[in-house]
Amino acid sequence: MEKRFMDSQIKGVSTGTTILAVTFNGGVIIGSDSRASIGGYYVSSKTINKLIQVHDRIFCCIAGSLADAQAVTKAAKFQISFHSIQMESPPLVKAAASVLKELCYNNKEELQAGFITAGWDRKKGPQVYTVALGGMLLSQPFTIGGSGSTYIYGYADAKYKPDMSKEECLQFATNALALAMGRDNVSGGVAHLVVITEEGVEHIVIPGDKLPKFHDE
Amino acid sequence: KMLDDSLEPGWLSEEVKTGTTIIAIEFDGGVVLGSDSRVSAGETVVNRVMNKLSLLHDKIYCALSGSAADAQTIAEMVNYQLDVHSIEVGEDPQVRSAATLVKNISYKYKEELSAHLIVAGWDKRGGGQVYVTLNGLLSRQPFAVGGSGSSYVYGFVDAEYRKAMSKEDCQQFVVNTLSLAMSRDGSSGGVAYLVTIDEKGAEEKCILGNELPTFYDQ
Repeated sequence: MEKRFMDSQIKGVSTGTTILAVTFNGGVIIGSDSRASIGGYYVSSKTINKLIQVHDRIFCCIAGSLADAQAVTKAAKFQISFHSIQMESPPLVKAAASVLKELCYNNKEELQAGFITAGWDRKKGPQVYTVALGGMLLSQPFTIGGSGSTYIYGYADAKYKPDMSKEECLQFATNALALAMGRDNVSGGVAHLVVITEEGVEHIVIPGDKLPKFHDE
Repeated sequence: KMLDDSLEPGWLSEEVKTGTTIIAIEFDGGVVLGSDSRVSAGETVVNRVMNKLSLLHDKIYCALSGSAADAQTIAEMVNYQLDVHSIEVGEDPQVRSAATLVKNISYKYKEELSAHLIVAGWDKRGGGQVYVTLNGLLSRQPFAVGGSGSSYVYGFVDAEYRKAMSKEDCQQFVVNTLSLAMSRDGSSGGVAYLVTIDEKGAEEKCILGNELPTFYDQ
């Protein structure tokens, strides 16, 4: 905990955060909380959107230093749209994730941000990729990240099932975010969820008071 | 920490911690306590079958976490103090008394000690009770989790806990929680120990690693 405090003092605003992405039958849901804090003491924004659209059917969400994340996603967005124009077709989710990975790995000394990339493409359908702090790229059926994710590892392990329906997946993602926001003091605000399918993209915002409540609330 | 060039194993220089997952939960008529069994010194596992559920009295147990030496010493001291106390009052001690004795030591020596004990048991006045004594506070809760592995299961216990669970439901809840924490926390593992305490007494149980419930991707 001490190290994170010192890093954000040096780097300024950190997203101390909860982010997740989950595949379901026919699509993927990517979600996050909306709090940005400095040093874990001051909430600098209650309504920040951490879900960045890098292409029509590809989103990514950021954890770590907000400045690093914005710089990297801006560069990645440009590279991905250029790649898509060259290929004359929508980019693969894996391509978008690889672009982020290259940026993270090549600048690993300076950067302090991790990413989750999720989306839908014609070749492989719904996919989720994690780019960890040092630049490792991993494909998983679902993934959680950010400081708040610590508290929901048990819940996610217990409750995830492959091939869920869209409604079940929405319930799973909403519950997971609500539980993490309830325990992590640097996650909070509203829950942002984006549902990506072949048909399109749907953005859902759930305000704090409409989030599911659990036994002690 | 990742590029550790030390030529000697961790247990020669690192303090022995019970880095751990412990949990205790009340049900109507008793309590269930659970723990993992891993004791680590740095990156070495020095004991993979340690029972961290320590007897304080016939129907009062405590769960140990943090520094192994500190936790064991507190448990032994309180075990002695409770024996004396129960002879003085002429009957079985209350769970609250045991928790208060633990709290007194934890609070008085809070700068030197780094152990967290969860005290749980049954007495005829209050039934099943669970007390936390973290950092020297004393607080009764319907259930409590502790140790390094507990961070990973806060979400799970928040979501799954319901009031008025039966004894069997509580045992299953404890086993599921321990299994999830042990699979994510590097400092927790081994076997799961369970103690169920009710009016009739305390029943100890050990569940081997391969008999624990498994979840997705295990």
